[in-house]
Amino acid sequence: MTHPYLFLQFFRELLSPLTRPFTFTKYPLPFTNEAGIDAIVHAWLVMAILIVLALLVRSRISKIPGSLQNFMEACISWIENMIVENMGERGRSFFPLIATLALFILFSNIIGLIPGFYPPTANLNTTIALAVIVFLSTHVVGIREHGFKYFKHFLGPVWWLAPAMLPIEIIGHLSRPLSLSFRLFGNMNGHELILLIFFGLVPFLVPLPMMMMGVLVAFLQTFVFMLLSIIYIQGSLEETH
Amino acid sequence: MLFITICILAAGLGMAIGVIGPGIGMGNAIKAALEGTARNPGVYGKLLTTMMIGLAMIESLAIYVLVICLIILYANPYKEVALELARSVVK
Repeated sequence: MTHPYLFLQFFRELLSPLTRPFTFTKYPLPFTNEAGIDAIVHAWLVMAILIVLALLVRSRISKIPGSLQNFMEACISWIENMIVENMGERGRSFFPLIATLALFILFSNIIGLIPGFYPPTANLNTTIALAVIVFLSTHVVGIREHGFKYFKHFLGPVWWLAPAMLPIEIIGHLSRPLSLSFRLFGNMNGHELILLIFFGLVPFLVPLPMMMMGVLVAFLQTFVFMLLSIIYIQGSLEETH
Repeated sequence: MLFITICILAAGLGMAIGVIGPGIGMGNAIKAALEGTARNPGVYGKLLTTMMIGLAMIESLAIYVLVICLIILYANPYKEVALELARSVVK
């Protein structure tokens, strides 16, 4: 079920070679379908918006900030306060990663509320990609911080509990990207489905409360994703048992 | 036909039963936040933040149920098997 009436719908024909199945494998594998193309194209749109906004502010940066620069400084200092509050002073070096994730997810969610655009986070591929980035960065940070003694983290507090603690810790670690991706995907895609059904039934004024909830959910899911990333990275930075 | 019936039954009943737990959990969380605010209105901001995080965590359990129900209805992996069986019976 693809989204009807998108502004960037012409990309579906442009990128249609991606939907053809590969035939040089034993079973034909499709690369993506139309919903995937929508997500890819709107992710490009969000990237373009973010880069253009950033370059616009950077070109006229001044000691007495104008309105856009002031607003951006407020947002960035809010994110930075949240990071330092949870991770301590070491957290400042993770600010680019966390802030990029937060801004990308925020703009992706909000673009879904404008009629004629499709949120890229409503596709499971986007959210799994973001969750895998956070998951891999926790392990990379842990190994960079503690060396290979980071893996003693998995064995629990005492050595004779290790055979019991290891599967529990592994499952707990694997559940993190699963829950991160599915939470974001479920919220965004569920919202799109509900809007689809409402527009099919009573398009006049009834979808409005759902769109208001959509605004709340957009901000809340961004906040939760950012906070959980901070907590996971801080969990692998802290002292092992 | 039986396959489609059971799919729809499973999705409906699963969704209905699956949101009992998160509903009760979220009610408890909001009740605790309201009681804390009533005792000490100064910490309203921090309580609101923690309550929002807790609600998003609990809500994600209900979202897992929704995702499974959507998979059953729209992306059912046994659709081809059921169609094959139906066609072979019809012939």
